Amino acid sequence: MEKNNDKITITYREALRQGIRDALQNDERVFLMGEDVGRYGGAFAVSKGLLQEFGADRIMDVPLSESGFVGAGIGAAMTGMKPIVEVMTINFGLLPMDQIINNAATLQHMSGGQLQIPIVIRMGCGIGRQLAAQHSHSWEPFYAHVPGLIVLSVGTHEDARGMLRTALQSPDPVVIFEYTSMLNLEKEIPENSAAVNITEAKVLRTGKDLSIITYGTGVYKCLEAAAELATVGIDAEVIDLRVLRPLDEKTFLASVAKTHRVLVVEDAWRSISISSEISARIMEKVFYDLDAPVQRLCGVEVPIPYPLHLEEASVPQKNDIINAVKKMIRHD
Amino acid sequence: MIEFLMPSLGADMEAGTLIEWKKKPGDTVKRGDIIAEVETQKGLIEIEVFDEGIIGELLIPEGAKVPVGTALALINPSGIASEPEEEEKIPEKKPVALQPTEERILEPISLEKTEEIHTKASPFAKRIAFENQIDLSLIKGTGPEGAITKEDVEKTLAQRDITEKEKTQEVAVAPEKPGTVAESIRTAVAAAMSKSNREIPHYYLGKRIDMTNALTWLKEVNSKRTVKERLLPVVLLIKATAQSLTEFPDLNAIWDDGLQQKKDINIGFVVSLRSGGIIVPAIHQASLKNVDEIMEALNDIIPRARALKLRSSELSDSTVTITNIGDGGADTIFGVIYPPQVAIIGFGSISEQPFAQDGMLGIRSSIFVTLAGDHRATDGLTGSGFLVSLNKYLQNPESL
Repeated sequence: MEKNNDKITITYREALRQGIRDALQNDERVFLMGEDVGRYGGAFAVSKGLLQEFGADRIMDVPLSESGFVGAGIGAAMTGMKPIVEVMTINFGLLPMDQIINNAATLQHMSGGQLQIPIVIRMGCGIGRQLAAQHSHSWEPFYAHVPGLIVLSVGTHEDARGMLRTALQSPDPVVIFEYTSMLNLEKEIPENSAAVNITEAKVLRTGKDLSIITYGTGVYKCLEAAAELATVGIDAEVIDLRVLRPLDEKTFLASVAKTHRVLVVEDAWRSISISSEISARIMEKVFYDLDAPVQRLCGVEVPIPYPLHLEEASVPQKNDIINAVKKMIRHD
Repeated sequence: MIEFLMPSLGADMEAGTLIEWKKKPGDTVKRGDIIAEVETQKGLIEIEVFDEGIIGELLIPEGAKVPVGTALALINPSGIASEPEEEEKIPEKKPVALQPTEERILEPISLEKTEEIHTKASPFAKRIAFENQIDLSLIKGTGPEGAITKEDVEKTLAQRDITEKEKTQEVAVAPEKPGTVAESIRTAVAAAMSKSNREIPHYYLGKRIDMTNALTWLKEVNSKRTVKERLLPVVLLIKATAQSLTEFPDLNAIWDDGLQQKKDINIGFVVSLRSGGIIVPAIHQASLKNVDEIMEALNDIIPRARALKLRSSELSDSTVTITNIGDGGADTIFGVIYPPQVAIIGFGSISEQPFAQDGMLGIRSSIFVTLAGDHRATDGLTGSGFLVSLNKYLQNPESL
């Protein structure tokens, strides 16, 4: 961590850790539970040191049973606590889906509004660490499909530190996706940045020629691509969706109405994805503002391969984004 | 020969500029056809013709500004002029066989190319071409698959603007700047309202009306409808107004050195423009329309009013005016009569209010309705009777 006026340089991991620590300090009802979050300091060292600081009552190691401990978290939330449940990676996120969908997302409805489930479930996810097909999943679209959940995607360091705190204030269950390939990435953020909103998408770069809509690991890739495109005279707007459910369509529709062209970028498989939904809404609501068909860059629909060069080829990279944009603008 | 005259599109209009003829000598016209476009203070208006016949001669060149009442064209009347409309048969398209497509096909699936003649253009390009009346078939597309894009249309538009500038400089008419539509609407509103306050001795009446029955009925009706077909409360207000006016025809009238009742009840509905100012399109024969037809009329007329794309009859035919505050706005509105009309009905926002009824105090959804009447034309008794009648209809919404 380096200080520079009002800004600090910080890793994505450290930003996440500060967010958790901040939440634990701010509200006694908050506790963290998950596999290896305590004595081991977290599978990705995100919760290192928290057990020593907050004690075993608030930093809980749990057995390898996602369905069990996520269910326990839901029970705790139902009875007045504010649990942060860590599902080590999204690849194990299929196991607690029954708890999350059938209980967390529906109990308020089933109880006629008597129960609220203010649980926050964090899941490490993403592609890019050579973990092969079974450990490189992008299940954001699965979760974003479910009414009753709030689904967040942490694409920037500011959100890594700020989203958790706001999520804990929500009376509804929140699923936060964090990207493990970005953990060591250093970025500069304002020193005092704290809570951020969890309702809006964010225009991270304004431009007039086309809108690039993305989330998660796509955010920094698209910003880098946009910076490079600017050197050849293409002025791209970059939007981080941030909230995958409920989608903040107002922000991206306004952008499309301004630029008239859209590229949607995501790591998840192409069919029935977040980008499918974005594309559909643009067609439904601002069709007459479109000057070209909506284009998408998504994960290739294969089990994600182990070899590095094939893994890289399976999701959109900076150069893919640059080429796709050039093709849209210059039709070459 | 019938003379086709420059119509008056409101009491405040003195002259109009003939921008474009939509018909030429020899063309057959029938009632309701658009014959020309005229620029007025209220923007570009399409002028309808009310006679049937064949255009004989166009008397006024495009670009000329002439006073209301000037003969614009001569029409040869004909009893049976309307030609039988030929219905073009659209050749049925062969259905595209649905084939299971494999997921790994990422290239766009190409359908049989049966529509080579069809001009490909992006939706946005089509929209701006339509708004600027540019013929897409004359433009060569440079976009993907040869599609016409925004840039292509803008290029054509820029060229046209240059040639048009040269043209208008020849015509001795001061060209109206495009940015002044809002200003000229402001001027038109100012003129009409000043005239009203100067000449019309207004009297004002108000009545609080319980809307609970009406809203309950509306909810019931809407629950059986798709979102698109649902009715808004304002439709009931318009319909109830129209019904009550049939009982008080003196309010559906104009004042021109005396009261002249109007046969049709054409309700002018005040629409606020986003750029400022108001415009008052007419809902024709509102008393003969059912609530669905009124809803339809509103859906049609409000967007067109906002886009300043009204027809001449919609601007000049209204016989009475409704001004409606809408949700969450002010409780009460006292209108200023639009001359030469003799009444304006003002609806405040519907809100929950303590309401005494049968010796009990309850919370009811209610609305404060006002009537501003022209005291030269009618007296308070008429106005009061009208409001009582309005109340009667709104208590029995199923009768509307």
